[in-house]
Amino acid sequence: MAEKIRITTPLTEETARTLKAGDSVLISGVIYSARDAAHKRMVETLERGEQLPVDLTNQIVYYLGPTPAKPGNPIGSAGPTTAGRMDAYAPKIIEQGLKGMIGKGSRSAEVVEAMKKHGAVYFAAVGGAAALISKCIKKYDVLAYGDLGPEAIAALTVEDFPAIVVVDSEGRNFYEEGQKPYRKL
Amino acid sequence: MRTINVEDITQSVAKLCIDACYYLSEDVYEALVKSKETEESPLGRDVIDQIVQNADIARNEDRPICQDTGMTVIFMEIGQDVHFVGGSLEDAVNAGVAKGYTEGYLRKSVVAEPLFDRKNTTNNTPAVLHTYIVPGDKVKIKVAPKGFGSENKSGLKMLVPADGVEGVKKAVLDVILHAGANPCPPIVVGVGIGGTMEKSAILAKKALLRSIKVRNPHPEYAKLEQELLEMINKTGIGPQLGGTTTALAVNIEWYPTHIAGLPVSVNINCHATRHAEIEL
Repeated sequence: MAEKIRITTPLTEETARTLKAGDSVLISGVIYSARDAAHKRMVETLERGEQLPVDLTNQIVYYLGPTPAKPGNPIGSAGPTTAGRMDAYAPKIIEQGLKGMIGKGSRSAEVVEAMKKHGAVYFAAVGGAAALISKCIKKYDVLAYGDLGPEAIAALTVEDFPAIVVVDSEGRNFYEEGQKPYRKL
Repeated sequence: MRTINVEDITQSVAKLCIDACYYLSEDVYEALVKSKETEESPLGRDVIDQIVQNADIARNEDRPICQDTGMTVIFMEIGQDVHFVGGSLEDAVNAGVAKGYTEGYLRKSVVAEPLFDRKNTTNNTPAVLHTYIVPGDKVKIKVAPKGFGSENKSGLKMLVPADGVEGVKKAVLDVILHAGANPCPPIVVGVGIGGTMEKSAILAKKALLRSIKVRNPHPEYAKLEQELLEMINKTGIGPQLGGTTTALAVNIEWYPTHIAGLPVSVNINCHATRHAEIEL
């Protein structure tokens, strides 16, 4: 396999636009967790004309709801959740300057359009590899919506978080490209 | 008549919830390891490698295999000669779920009401409990925490008799193609055929509790399980990023049905096909 590309957050549009579908990356720095309920609240906040609780300009959101941390660990198991459930909200968050999303599974045409327009990328982490992934998460600090429990927005300090670019800023889709050679129906 | 205190049910359910979420069952683990030899995509093999490593870490360090520790589905076979004492059986089951999810550091993923308020119950209750009265004086408890990445991609189709075997294959394939990489493949596919609408769905869920090493005892259904598996593994979905291991197994359960009907339910499970059981 090709060499892994190291990325350190924040992720600028310039760097995001250099990433191509199929690239393997290792992400370090701070990324932000948010999933269904947090996205709903964020979009409601924007619709009221208010500011998001966290500035997501040039940041990466990880679609995650971890298990509770056992004593002595920063976080419990922490794999990606299905990104498609955030599709209804994602374009509005991308408009706020978000440059990366980490999840699993396919995205809607509307999300891909927003990514192309604003220069954002969608990464996949291995679905269900939650205990393994948690090893590269060094810190977990809840920043907003703490009442949502595992659905809170948190800052995660990560080191060499492994992911693959599945949709790049040109809209190329690695799920389709990766699956095609093996489709024999 | 045998008397069982429901406190024993609570303790057993709590332990089974934790065991199922930490320790991937041997049948699925072995199939994953074996699939590395047959997977044609190098990237696919890499993904399977990470999934196996993940299961090892979970087992060795007593951690959940996946962060989605599921809604707790429980099947209970209750001997008709058993008399429960000490309180309500359903309350005891839910007390076990709450205890297991709290003490095991499992994620609480259940909301009290589905449409408007969606407030988390904070202890993963209530369980989805299926009870069956059977002969004898034993109680068998099977716990299957069900993640919703895969549950959301399941489906049900009310076919008609003329649709036949080909109709069943198409119904299964439609669900698999629509699911794509979302349900965390390599998946296990439970198929329920026959009965009524709800019966077929329960059969599909029950099929996921059967060891993937065991084929349906009916030779024609066993053959269909194999044919469906081969078909699913030709979709190219593979272990998420493309390949030849989309599913590890297809388990079918069937039931008599109406002269006018052929219900088919497809319940997908991710590679963390979790189930644990005990007989009291």
